Amino acid sequence: MKRIQLSHGGGGEEMDALIHDLFYRHFSNDILLRSEDAAALEINGKIAFTTDSYTVTPLFFNGGDIGKIAVAGTLNDLAMMGARPLYLSCAFIIEEGLPYEVLERIVLSMKEELCKCNAHIVCGDTKVVPKGSVDGLFINTSGIGEIVLPALSAHNIQEDDIIIVSRDIGAHGATILASREGIDIESALSSDCATLWPVVEALIAEGIRAHAMRDATRGGMAAVLNEWAAASNICIELEERNVPIRDEVRGICELLGMEPFEFANEGTFILAIHPSDAQRAIEVLHRFEMSANAAIIGSATSYKVGRVILKSVWGSSRYLERPKGELLPRIC
Amino acid sequence: MIQGNKALFDIFRHPQTIQALSQKIHQEALNLSQPLKIMEVCGGHTHTIMKYGLKQLLPHTIEFIHGPGCPVCVMPKERIDQAIALARMSDTILLTLGDMIRVPGSASSLVQERAKGCDIRPLYSPMDALKIARENPTKKVIFFAIGFETTTPMTAALILRADDEKLHNLFFHINHVLVPPAVGAIMDDPSNRIDAFIGPAHVSVITGSKIYEPIVKKYGTPVVVSGFEPVDVMEGILKIVLQKNKHRSEVEVQYSRAVTRQGNQKAQAMIEQTMTVRESFRWRGLGDIAHSALQLNESYGHMNAETVFSQHLSYEPIDDHKLCICGSILKGLAKPNDCTVFGTACTPNSPLGSCMVSSEGSCNAYYRYGSAL
Repeated sequence: MKRIQLSHGGGGEEMDALIHDLFYRHFSNDILLRSEDAAALEINGKIAFTTDSYTVTPLFFNGGDIGKIAVAGTLNDLAMMGARPLYLSCAFIIEEGLPYEVLERIVLSMKEELCKCNAHIVCGDTKVVPKGSVDGLFINTSGIGEIVLPALSAHNIQEDDIIIVSRDIGAHGATILASREGIDIESALSSDCATLWPVVEALIAEGIRAHAMRDATRGGMAAVLNEWAAASNICIELEERNVPIRDEVRGICELLGMEPFEFANEGTFILAIHPSDAQRAIEVLHRFEMSANAAIIGSATSYKVGRVILKSVWGSSRYLERPKGELLPRIC
Repeated sequence: MIQGNKALFDIFRHPQTIQALSQKIHQEALNLSQPLKIMEVCGGHTHTIMKYGLKQLLPHTIEFIHGPGCPVCVMPKERIDQAIALARMSDTILLTLGDMIRVPGSASSLVQERAKGCDIRPLYSPMDALKIARENPTKKVIFFAIGFETTTPMTAALILRADDEKLHNLFFHINHVLVPPAVGAIMDDPSNRIDAFIGPAHVSVITGSKIYEPIVKKYGTPVVVSGFEPVDVMEGILKIVLQKNKHRSEVEVQYSRAVTRQGNQKAQAMIEQTMTVRESFRWRGLGDIAHSALQLNESYGHMNAETVFSQHLSYEPIDDHKLCICGSILKGLAKPNDCTVFGTACTPNSPLGSCMVSSEGSCNAYYRYGSAL
């Protein structure tokens, strides 16, 4: 089996071959192929700029892989700022011995994701590190996008805004947990990993007055809503029964004593929408498969400023706190 | 919720059922001659009460006292230091369960030791220890076993399997504790104010409901063995109120779907085969309690980390931080928000006391779910 060796990162012939046969071949575009020290870009107007590193284990999981996440994650960070994704950089840190075929599968998956919003990888870097230095493969991507809808911000949520979630929560976190060593659970769980720009673009095209959007990645919905409540000085009140959660995800949570609200998502976003546009936003979201079960889950109020309140069906309520520490399963 | 009422637990969270139970409890509570103080022994119940906001559905005459039933919370610092000492030995993999790794000992925690390079792994199932021991034949693999009667059978099964396979490198540091002696110790404290107990269902699935019979007889407090879903807890409370109103004190089983008087006799036999009761065990917050914990049987002495590695272990008792009132909380004499450092110097991220560390601890439950709401 062909494997990545230290020489593939050594700056010589092998590295050149890897870059041409794999990265240039699949990420091919005029800017990248010029092979300059930096990409020269032409951009008009205000841009959004973001970066993220991806270290997910296992590299492949039901519904995605590290490559898909590395592209979708950065594209989504741009989309959440109302920016049309344009250009990405991509740096690979590869553990010596990684099968070439594995790397190629990941690169192909990145290519597929880029095509979904016509964005391009225009510069990159490759490092190979000795066995044991990283867990298989780490990827960093940075991205820039053209801001189409300005003023989206966690600080911008108004009282009476409607809070919407784009789909059922927690699928990615539950999938990763279930696929890690030690839990043998058979289920139809699949990560929600997806590129959100097409949906965001449609919302913008329909003129939906969105005040904030955020993809609920690490820390899940609980982290996003708490950040919003603090940043915008409002209270967010949620109806627990309206939060869509798959039975598989609930099952994992029940088993391990965890909260779906704290699970990571990779293709799920939360929206704060002007009340008179909320219903229309739902209609737009429902047009897309990735947000077919989008739901109104609550609203911004002035009840307890800075807090998120979860209201049960039977009339009690509690604070939904920001997640803390490592997610560890309960003991008994 | 997606897929409606198909999930098994939905019927135990059924809004109308919960509301009906709430009304019935309100009605019956009118006949109580005095306020009712119920200790929910287990941290799992504390969490159900907080997470589902059940206190808001009950009359003010019913008060909860949060009991000592959190295996992580009751672990004294010196035993955590022992785990750390074991983890620091060369060529060692230390295994334990869940948030045990976060609990601070006298100077460090297992999480901090892991960051320094010790091989410490939280397990989802104790049985994973077998695989780790097989895959690392040159390493000493030590299972730091914790938990009440619920988790003990899994450790017993693991001991038996390891013995069958003649795994020479798997060792056990047993910290399994027992519910009835702890309840007895709390009731023997003259300052206690407890009128009744909610007993944890999963303990009695193993032990049977019979373990509470001596308590009811000696102290005259009703014990209702209840499940962990909101409907279970509400029904358990109703049963306690009804007993009080009829001046009865009995062991009653709300969780009749899995609890019998005798319990799981196969599991009990496995525990008996592998473990014996310790003369005494020091509980964090409660002090020394006679016959309140288990240790490995002498016949498995070669697997007992406490004897094999005894030169690394100290048994010197270490007290809690002087501002921490976990002891009073575990005895039901104080509430988490009575503590001066609650939520300020003591938070889940930097806990001073054990009740804040474990997700089953009452301080942690108050912090997470908000006591003020």
